[in-house]
Order: sequence, then C-alpha cells, then structure tokens
Amino acid sequence: MDSYLDIDKLNSLVLDVLKEIGNIGAGNAATALAKMLNKKIDMNVPKVKVLDFADVPELIGGAESLVCSVLFTIEGDLKGSIMFLLDINSSKTLVRLLMDGYELNNIDDFAKSALNEIGNILSGAYVSSLSSLTGLNMKISVPSLAIDMAGAILSVPAIQFGQVSDKILIIETEFLEGSDNVSGYFLLVPDYDSYDVLLKSLGVFNHE
Amino acid sequence: MSSVVKVGMADLKTVQSPGILTTLGLGSCVGICLHDPISKVAGMAHIMLPSSKSIKNNKNIFKFADTGIDKLIDEMVKNGAKKRRMISKIAGGAQMFSFSTKNDIMKIGERNVIAVKKILKEYGIPIKAEDTGGGHGRTIEFHSINGKLIVKTIGHGIKEF
Repeated sequence: MDSYLDIDKLNSLVLDVLKEIGNIGAGNAATALAKMLNKKIDMNVPKVKVLDFADVPELIGGAESLVCSVLFTIEGDLKGSIMFLLDINSSKTLVRLLMDGYELNNIDDFAKSALNEIGNILSGAYVSSLSSLTGLNMKISVPSLAIDMAGAILSVPAIQFGQVSDKILIIETEFLEGSDNVSGYFLLVPDYDSYDVLLKSLGVFNHE
Repeated sequence: MSSVVKVGMADLKTVQSPGILTTLGLGSCVGICLHDPISKVAGMAHIMLPSSKSIKNNKNIFKFADTGIDKLIDEMVKNGAKKRRMISKIAGGAQMFSFSTKNDIMKIGERNVIAVKKILKEYGIPIKAEDTGGGHGRTIEFHSINGKLIVKTIGHGIKEF
C-alpha cells in the first residue's frame, strides 16, 4: 500500500456495500427503538452520503447550531468509533416519546441520561448488525454524551478521520412515530487499518 | 460594517484592517490568530492535528499545526505584515467527550494546544491571550483593527481578549 485510502475514490461496489451496512444497521436500530418505546416506528430509507468534513455541520443546521451526540469507541477486530447525532428538537422529541409526555425546555440531567441510554441502545443495535454481517468481533465502549455546537462536536470524528481522509461516510436515518419525526445521523469512523479489515470481511476489495 | 471572512476547518485566511476573521464551532481543533499591530494585517488558521510528520495523509498543509502556522506566517508577510512584530492569540483545543480510556485521539485537543504553543515559541511570536481546553465548543472572531479576540460559547458566556 503506497497511498492512503481515499474515501472519495472508493469504487461503487464498495460504496454500495457500505450503504447496505448503513441500511441494515439503521433498520436494527429502528427495531430496537420501537421495542424500547413500545410504539410502531417507521423508518425512511437511510441516505448515505460521502461528504467533506467542512460540509457536515451544514447538514444539521450549521456549525453553531446546538446538537446532541453520543460517542462510542469500538474495540475488537474492528477498531474505530461511532457517533449518533441528533438535532436538539429531535432529541427533545425522543425524550418525550421515551418518557411518555415528559415536557422539557432544556436538556436537563434526566434527559441527558435518557439520551445516553437511547444512544447506547441504537448504537448497540447498529454495531451488532454490523458485527453479524461481517463476522467481526466488535464491542462498544460506555457512551459519552455531549451537547454543544455542531462544528465542535464534529471536530472529534473529523480529527480522527482526518488522519485518513478529508471526507466521511455519513448515514442519515429518519425515524417516524405518528406525526413525530426524529432525524438522526450515524457516523461510522473506522481506524485507518480497520477499513481494509471491514471491506475484506465483506469480500470486497478497493483496488482500482 | 467591516467584512467578516469565514475560516473553515483545516483552512486559513488573512485580512487587512478593518476586516474580521471568524471560525464557527471550534472543538478540539485550535484557532490560531496572528496580528501585526503596525500594518494591521490579521490572520487566522484552523488546525486539526499537531503534526504533519507522523501521518500518511498529509497533503493538506492547512490541517496541521506545523505546516499551517508556517503557511499562515507566509501569507501574512505577503500581505505586508512583519514577522518580528506579530503577536498571537489562540483558542480551542477542548475535549468534547470524556472517556476513561487512554485513547490518544480523545486527548487530541490538549496535544494540539501544546504543539501550537511550541511552534509559536520557536518562531518567537508571543502569545498574548489564550482560551483553550475545557469541554465546550467555541466560536471565535478576530478583529484586524485592534487585534481583539472574541470567544463565544453555548452556556459558557462570551469573553474578550
């Protein structure tokens, strides 16, 4: 390997495979959410995008907009991290759905721990489907929650991924419950060496 | 009104007085502001990583403290600033998520700040103010007319340096 991996040059087969992983992972996450809420949860087909880091904050309302995020590190055969990101209104909707009418103006400590738990369950579902699909052993860490400016939060995966590429693969999922809809984003950020591991485990190789 | 120039992630810009430079939502990255009080040229770099030397993907020189600061000084000199007159103000380098693991990448903010300070010292550029560390994001604004740095946060107030 003489050159670093460039996500921009991923061939279409690899991109399709990554999209499919995103799809299955998000589907499992929606099922987990439905069980937790004991409500019927619909899901739109996830949108998978390859974006410049600089453009990611725009997706969620600009670099200064307040967002909620839960970050996990992944250990095992595949190393990296996974981030679940929500805009602040979606976070409030989720807490309200979970707590059955708990009204909140600000994200208080109670809401934070609820969001942490939601993030945990959704990301767990996401990672376990990834794990069974690839046959790779993966464990996720205890979650860490942050509510702050989108730009500041996204700097974390941006830096981590910045060692590999200037682009990131982002999966946008929309969950619907009645008239409430919650838009969430999963960012999967494998470590440099883990990209090959991931693709090989799926039987695809990124050779041009 | 003076024009406001936006500096993105892994980016740098310079302005003449009375221009204003801004970068939105700094997290673990560090914003480096340089100012020459005589020519009133101001520059801002938004770096993501401490060093270009240990990384394979190092084509983007704006991304790293070492190459980014080099380039920023060059650009300012091209616009009429003198290196020996420059002063600096820095902000950012937060740790947005707390983890108990000793994962290096989680402490990247702190490492960025250390690298930036070391490089500025090597260039002999004094650091007049800093607002670094902590666990929150920052939006910064740097005024070329007087070298004033304004740091805005969500829930941690607004500060002037």
